Amino acid sequence: MATSFEPVLLRNVGVKDSHTLKVYRARGGYEGLQKALALPPGDVVARVKDSGLRGRGGAGFPTGVKWTFLPKDHPGPIYMCINADESEPGTFNNRILMEDDPHQVIEGIIISSYATKAATAYLYIRVEYGLSFRRLQSAIDECYEAGLLGKNIQGKQGFHLDIHLHRGAGAYICGEETGLIESLEGKRAWPRIKPPFPAIEGVFRKPTIVNNIETMACVTHILDRGVDWFRSIGVPPDPSNPRDIGSLGPKLYCVSGHVNKPGCYEAPLGITVRELIDDFAGGVWKGRKAKACIPGGLSMGFLTEAEFDTRLDFNELQKKGCLGLGTAAVIVIDDQTSMIDVLYNSCRFFSHESCGQCTPCREGTAWMTKILARMRRGQGELSDLDQLAEIGGGIGLTPGTTICGLADGAAWPVKNAMQKFRPEFEEWIRSGRRSEDPLGELLAHH
Amino acid sequence: MPVLSETLRDKIKSYIPRYPSKQAVTLPALHLVQEELRCVPLEAMREIAELLDLHPAQVQDTMSFYGYFRDPDHKLGKHRVWICRSLSCMLRGGEELLRSLCDKTGLKPGETTRDGRVTLEFAECLGACEGAPCMLVDEECHMHVTPAQAMLKLAELE
Repeated sequence: MATSFEPVLLRNVGVKDSHTLKVYRARGGYEGLQKALALPPGDVVARVKDSGLRGRGGAGFPTGVKWTFLPKDHPGPIYMCINADESEPGTFNNRILMEDDPHQVIEGIIISSYATKAATAYLYIRVEYGLSFRRLQSAIDECYEAGLLGKNIQGKQGFHLDIHLHRGAGAYICGEETGLIESLEGKRAWPRIKPPFPAIEGVFRKPTIVNNIETMACVTHILDRGVDWFRSIGVPPDPSNPRDIGSLGPKLYCVSGHVNKPGCYEAPLGITVRELIDDFAGGVWKGRKAKACIPGGLSMGFLTEAEFDTRLDFNELQKKGCLGLGTAAVIVIDDQTSMIDVLYNSCRFFSHESCGQCTPCREGTAWMTKILARMRRGQGELSDLDQLAEIGGGIGLTPGTTICGLADGAAWPVKNAMQKFRPEFEEWIRSGRRSEDPLGELLAHH
Repeated sequence: MPVLSETLRDKIKSYIPRYPSKQAVTLPALHLVQEELRCVPLEAMREIAELLDLHPAQVQDTMSFYGYFRDPDHKLGKHRVWICRSLSCMLRGGEELLRSLCDKTGLKPGETTRDGRVTLEFAECLGACEGAPCMLVDEECHMHVTPAQAMLKLAELE
């Protein structure tokens, strides 16, 4: 499978001036849009649904199914919100698409807006992505000039679309779709209680679809190359499980941490961690062995090295106790690294990024960080491990104590570490060792 | 005398047609103001509120949620330099990079040089993990940065 696979999402990356309309068109761009506009919008929704495309932003919800949740015959307006608040540690595939092939993303947005009858799309982009912002804005300007955005697009009477870029302000929670909506409305990014889901009542209290950047790029190719092409890639549905829709299509895997060639690699969904590290990322660095990895962005938890033959798809990771595939960003950790340091870093991140709305998340993430900080100072106690497991088990959507999933993402690495690396933590505590903290007193409170 | 210049007001107003609600212009307005004034003073929030038909407390509520925005007591320098401390960078020396910049500049993360030239910050994941450790200088991201290269970048800033 892997040998015959040709990159599609990354096919233009590395080509000179790949971000310009001229080059994109010369390489077959906007043909998917032509094919979409020849169909009624409902047929475009049906194709995306039939393709089995699942959202690439983290939750893996079927994209076409999400679109069908919009109210039928709604008088409008309906809004598209594109989530480019990519902030999950280890994840950078959206950035590469926006920087090097913005038209591929915009084509997907135009097709998706046509399908969902949205006349306005807001692309919410994290403020740190300066080059992405500039490349997208110049691509959007080119589209208006070429009649690909604006009124009666490509001569299609009644199909109007404007795309507006909206810059965030450095908050991870804006990647949560209702946090994004609140932020877009000009408020603090506190996620909303669901239902109602955004498809019923989203931004400006109107029906809204929130989709990820890579999802948009996939839509472009589903319309251009067809449903059968998309379904020929990846892991087909399990015939013995009627509820499984499989893990279909190409996927951008980000590999970072202790490998020789960190990077963004395109492969069929379902590649194993080991294949990704050895065949794409040049193996573990410095001739060392891996101890663990984060399989899908920080919030997904840990796999041990012994679990590296696990397929990176929408089903297999849960079977190993991880939260899921997430953003498919693999962070490799070598055998010289302390899991106490890794877990502290993880907890510190989530504590810093908790929006503060739900007490279990705000307090739980802060206390987990404090406990781990104490452990790193050589003052940990064995009972701390039970305390960590207890806090980890008590915060999040899983136990039902928070409004959004941030706390689940904070808890999962802790829960996995307590299940899979407990002996290392016990040995650390018993030894009374201290960890050299390069930042030490500089960051006392974060 | 208003804090926001006529030009700045016009820039803020130009965002209004993009959204069905004026409140949605809050973040663009805060960005425009901070870019020019290097912080968001209370008076500026009052004037933003007036432009967007909001209560000043609504603007303050939003502004204070996002750590990106600074009040006048924590005014930004001319340049803002971020060093990533999240896991992918931490595994490849991000924290040591930040430490070394702090030691050489005498700044703690969040502080600004006395001449008002540079504000040094820690960042959570900058999304450039393939180039860890990375640093963001204003709008430009630099990858695989050594402490010596980072100091050179800082020295180049005017």
